Amino acid sequence: MTTTTSGSFSAGPPAGAKIGPIAWARKHLFSDWFNSLLTLIIVSVLGFAGFRLITWAFIQAQWLLIPNNIGLLMSGTYPSNQYWRIWTLLGVVCTLAGLSWGIIARNLSRLFSPWVLGGIAVVSAFFVVFPATRPSSMILLPMVAIVAVMAWVGRLVGRKLAIAGQLISLLWFVSYFVALWLIGGGLGLRTISTNDWGGLVLTLFTAISGIALSFPLGMILALGRRSELPVVRWLATAYIELVRGVPLVALLFMGQVMIPLFLPEGARPDRVVRAIIALSLFSAAYLAENVRAGLQAVPRGQQEAAASLGLNTPLTLTLIVLPQALKIAIPAIVGQFISLFQDTTLLAIVGLAELLGMGRSVLANPAYLGRYAEMYLFLGIIYWVFCYAMSLGSRKLEQKLNTTH
Amino acid sequence: MTQIQTEAAQIDTTGNEPVIVAKDVEKWYDNGFNVLKGVSLTVYRGEVVVVMGPSGSGKSTFIRTFNALEPYQRGSIEVDGILISHDLKNIEAIRREVGMVFQQFNLFPHLTVLQNVTLAPIWVRRWPKAKAEEVAMRLLDRVGILEQAHKYPGQLSGGQQQRVAIARSLAMQPKVMLFDEPTSALDPEMVREVLDVMRTLAKEGMTMVCVTHEVGFAREVADRVVLMDGGVLVEENTPMEFFNNPQEERTQKFLSQIL
Ligand SMILES: Nc1ncnc2c1ncn2[C@@H]1O[C@H](COP(=O)(O)OP(=O)(O)O)[C@@H](O)[C@H]1O
Ligand SMILES: [Mg+2]
Repeated sequence: MTTTTSGSFSAGPPAGAKIGPIAWARKHLFSDWFNSLLTLIIVSVLGFAGFRLITWAFIQAQWLLIPNNIGLLMSGTYPSNQYWRIWTLLGVVCTLAGLSWGIIARNLSRLFSPWVLGGIAVVSAFFVVFPATRPSSMILLPMVAIVAVMAWVGRLVGRKLAIAGQLISLLWFVSYFVALWLIGGGLGLRTISTNDWGGLVLTLFTAISGIALSFPLGMILALGRRSELPVVRWLATAYIELVRGVPLVALLFMGQVMIPLFLPEGARPDRVVRAIIALSLFSAAYLAENVRAGLQAVPRGQQEAAASLGLNTPLTLTLIVLPQALKIAIPAIVGQFISLFQDTTLLAIVGLAELLGMGRSVLANPAYLGRYAEMYLFLGIIYWVFCYAMSLGSRKLEQKLNTTH
Repeated sequence: MTQIQTEAAQIDTTGNEPVIVAKDVEKWYDNGFNVLKGVSLTVYRGEVVVVMGPSGSGKSTFIRTFNALEPYQRGSIEVDGILISHDLKNIEAIRREVGMVFQQFNLFPHLTVLQNVTLAPIWVRRWPKAKAEEVAMRLLDRVGILEQAHKYPGQLSGGQQQRVAIARSLAMQPKVMLFDEPTSALDPEMVREVLDVMRTLAKEGMTMVCVTHEVGFAREVADRVVLMDGGVLVEENTPMEFFNNPQEERTQKFLSQIL
């Protein structure tokens, strides 16, 4: 068999594949005196910093402000007798996540690798040990169980049902509106004004809405910029260049102040909706450029081959060009999604109490004066977890779509 | 390998009904370069025409006008009785009837071999998936790629990829096949397997226009060989005469360079 991608020429194992840790350290860390010196300096600096961080975290730090305010941080001023709605939503998300996992891994011999099992165990243990989550561990642990059980169910369904993939995508789509209903109320549930949405729930809601809106918009703009109609091309280019020249903060303020000016009294969108619109319009311009780079990377021969088979332009675009362009652009697109997620922190400036804003208002409480380090470390970890998950997902997706070996 | 085409594309080689009629075709590229300077060629049903000529002489451009991948400005081209208008209005109808094989294969890398072959029959001919797959598997078997049907193009050798590309075109049951240097991007040891497929196809009576510099193939398979140089057809002859007794000085010069 001939493959085009096998990289190594030697017949044996590549160098360094099977050497012990001591030999490895000697080769990579202590190869000469300069290298050894560098290793020693870096190790001592890192060791010192790590030691200070650990002694601070376990001796000096006063973590109490996190468990005391966990409700505010997670869901803002959302009425606590309605928390069950957010828990229900989490249950829905865990169900879908588990099902998706099972369907994606339906053909793998093992549903959970030892690494994933270990990860689940660590997360569960953390929920029990960490003071902020311990009171909720009676809910959080079942959530973990839901993911695991649903993954198992998803695998069974995925093996039986050919359309399981499409079905789960549809369910995710529907779940967005279920989330909207659960959080906001209506249709039998008590209505909860967006003024009371806050914390992580608001952050996730705006970020997911922004991603879901900006992606198709960015794709349309990218296609518009390559259109053969000059007017379309010109408009798309103008939009992209205009938006990319304006800072997001300015756009957010304009969204809050200007969108209401254009619309009659009754039809004015809610503050959260306005923020989501501004965020999406901003992000779409950058996404458009990422998608355009992907489109440009698809060789012309692909279009010619499709055309020579009799495929018309829309079919060529949707079946041949876009799938390849988007695949090429995955890292850049996910990078933009990560930016968008982090940009939700700017919503605090226009008065929306998302996660970071909530943290700051907790810090403004005299009871927790000066506890910046604890709060920002905690918030930083939360942001990191979500961003890293996206980054990990993007890499897995790339691996899954890699068809060269 | 016995028979490559599917039943619907069986062709009667005896009649001399024209499939492609190109008359005085002239083309300018956007930069003003006059690439085709009045080229005429008629290809009859069941005929194999080999186009030769130095690099840059306009061979690719010429055969790409036959399936409207390139527009042209003057003259006329009729394919199977349908006129290719200068503004490329009726292109999809023509492209369904004309298969094309490219130098760089141009397989769709994100689709499996089988999906590559079934894509157009399903989406353009509107065949049910089962029928498209059955026909595709038969074609893949006949070009010797059956075992690789569920692999991706990137996992195949160049010769295998080009054979898949031929099967992909044949799946649309075209009336005529265009080949643009199908073996030029291949390692020498893979040229044969592709030429074998083309040879079988020709023997079954497929109408073919091949740009190629494979002299052995041209001698054995071609009904006519034409030489293109500087955007005009310089000589049009039987392979025997073309290689053994060329009439034009430019043909002699060209042959002395490639033989
Ligand atoms: N898009 C284009 N714009 C301008 N000139 C082109 C373009 N494509 C090809 N040419 C020129 O047209 C000539 C003929 O090209 P081509 O048909 O590819 O020749 P051949 O296939 O015989 O090598 C070459 O000189 C090439 O540089
Ligand atoms: Mg060429």
